[in-house]
Amino acid sequence: MVDGKSQSLFKDKPIKVLLAKPGIDGHDRGMFVLAKAFRDAGMDVLYAGLLPTPEEVIDTAVNEDVDVIALSLLNGAHLVVFRKVADLMKKKGIDDIAIVGGGTIPDSDKPKLEKIGITGNYGPGTPLKTIIDHITERAAEARSRKLGIA
Amino acid sequence: MNDVSSFWSEKLKKLDERDKTGDPAYASWKREVLGKWRKDSQEKEYTNSSSMPIKEIYLPGDLEGDLAGRLGLPGVFPFTRGIYPDMYRGRYWTMRMFSGFGTPEDTNSRLKYLIQHGESGLSIAFDMPTLYGYDCINERAEGEVGKCGVNVSMLKDMEVLFNGIDLGKVSTSMTINAPAIVLLAMYMAVAKKQGVPLDSISGTVQADILKEYIAQKEWIFPPEVHLRMIRDMMVFCTQNAPRWNYISISGYHIREAGASAVQELAFTLADGFHYVEMGKAAGLSVDEFAPRLSFFFNSSINFFEEIAKMRAARRIWATVLREKYGASTERAIMLKFHTQTSGYTLTWQQPLNNIVRTTIEAMAGVLGGTQSLHTNSYDEAWALPSENAVKVALRTQQILAEESGIADTIDPLGGSYYVEWLTDEMERQAYLYFDRIEKAGGILNAIKTGYIQKEIANTSYRRQLRIETGKEIMVGVNRYVEENEPPIKILRISRKAQISQRKRLTEVLASRDQERVRHSLEKLEGAMKDENENLMPYMIDAVESYATLEEISNVGRKLYGGWKEPVIV
Repeated sequence: MVDGKSQSLFKDKPIKVLLAKPGIDGHDRGMFVLAKAFRDAGMDVLYAGLLPTPEEVIDTAVNEDVDVIALSLLNGAHLVVFRKVADLMKKKGIDDIAIVGGGTIPDSDKPKLEKIGITGNYGPGTPLKTIIDHITERAAEARSRKLGIA
Repeated sequence: MNDVSSFWSEKLKKLDERDKTGDPAYASWKREVLGKWRKDSQEKEYTNSSSMPIKEIYLPGDLEGDLAGRLGLPGVFPFTRGIYPDMYRGRYWTMRMFSGFGTPEDTNSRLKYLIQHGESGLSIAFDMPTLYGYDCINERAEGEVGKCGVNVSMLKDMEVLFNGIDLGKVSTSMTINAPAIVLLAMYMAVAKKQGVPLDSISGTVQADILKEYIAQKEWIFPPEVHLRMIRDMMVFCTQNAPRWNYISISGYHIREAGASAVQELAFTLADGFHYVEMGKAAGLSVDEFAPRLSFFFNSSINFFEEIAKMRAARRIWATVLREKYGASTERAIMLKFHTQTSGYTLTWQQPLNNIVRTTIEAMAGVLGGTQSLHTNSYDEAWALPSENAVKVALRTQQILAEESGIADTIDPLGGSYYVEWLTDEMERQAYLYFDRIEKAGGILNAIKTGYIQKEIANTSYRRQLRIETGKEIMVGVNRYVEENEPPIKILRISRKAQISQRKRLTEVLASRDQERVRHSLEKLEGAMKDENENLMPYMIDAVESYATLEEISNVGRKLYGGWKEPVIV
């Protein structure tokens, strides 16, 4: 699932992902499933705990030097809340951390999220492999920028 | 401690003995008859959500011991067959559709619509800010007001929510946990304004905080603070609002968080036992308060497993309440429960299939002997349900009740070798968990250390892997998949709710008697510091002064802080 180029990117340090639910939302079953699946796929996984603010999510991501922030919401507030995270990242000039999303996101909202750099946006029932491949792809972009080889 | 522990292990010893037997005819049938049959039968692992291996067939020998004794008759200990002598011949289960979205005005009209279409009990969902004790004007509430339920930030909202609905005539279930005491205070304040005395209001607040730490994760304070508030509601309602059910002990969310049926059963009942111990410690008599405890179970897609779970729940509760907690009246030991069909089993893909899933799950709830039922709408994997989808879901219940004949006789599956074996096995495995939980220092400790949450997360991940590998089938998701499905029409909550809620709150904040608010909050703070004070009257006073939900919650936040969950991943 990781191609040759990615393999060398992550040889010394595996993909590091921060899972976060940045809104007022306690639906965390999917997060825990993903945490285990990412770990089984060899990634380094952090969970931001419940109810972090967008500021806290970004602070953790920067301090922990993650490649990807994976946001999840199942309360219908993804457009507002995911955007807050993306805007804050932009404001802080951070471009070497990718953001992906997931949860109950209607198809019609996906282009809006992609426009602000939040990709994936998978719903329940998505195969784990699809998500892992997507994270790997986004992590490769982020890591390349970090290493200045993009 | 030893005594307590031995209660569970003694029980287990007896159950192990009972369930060890099998039918002598099984082995020879399997060898002589089945073994000579076609060899190309399905390559499939037969198991249920609780990972119990399922045999090809169950026989009389699978049900050793005193079957009649552990079944009882309807309305007779241990209530395996149902808690009422007449069950659905007396009256059908209450068709209680959960609703709530947008502004109190929006939900008020939905409630009136449901009353008009024959619904017999109200059930209110609240939005996320309300569930976490934040007002609609808090920055954190941005984008969330009215999204997952109705927003209630202060008494004024509650007044609008029940405008034109006589609180003396309806029974209202409010799905509210962490701030339950505040919302109950608001409900009581509205009743007072309508001139309805407290002893004639009836309904339920969920107020099951233990399952919040286990599954739904909606808390404000550390567990002990919430437990004290629940104790105060128990005591106050027992004395003043005897028709109010102050805890609905919920397995629903535990199951939705990924637990198996047996985990749902065991963890929910273990929570229930904790509340019983709390009531006793508060000096209430178990016969007096236990009748006001009710349960809330999930009905998922494995039909027989769910029915067995519900039957086992009744038997366990009656037995333990009588034998361990010394309850003596029938009302105190009968387990009453509400059922909701599973949200987890609904799919985004081919959403009309969800009507079928919900029907199967609703049937299991009825055959399991539920007292009330919420059927999910087919579009709920996407968003809050649209009005048409809600109507189909309600009609599903009416068809089951009035056309299908499944409610004509009581516990029609009683005596089925398979269902009785499953019921026994559910019971035995639940006792195994009770014993483990006791050894882990009790349910509160097992939650605070993350033991329960880890058990659930493991089950949840295992199921996901089974789906991924095709060992478990979800039609439309990993089999019979369709490409390019057209999107369905879903309910979207506009930002109007947020704007109008904020406007109303701002107006009330400007016009209320500030001195009175300050005074009522000070008194509340004083009462909070004194463990022996009952908080309920102070809460009613505070909401009546138009102090907001967040202001009231902040009194506790200041004194006790929040809660950080144990790390389980």
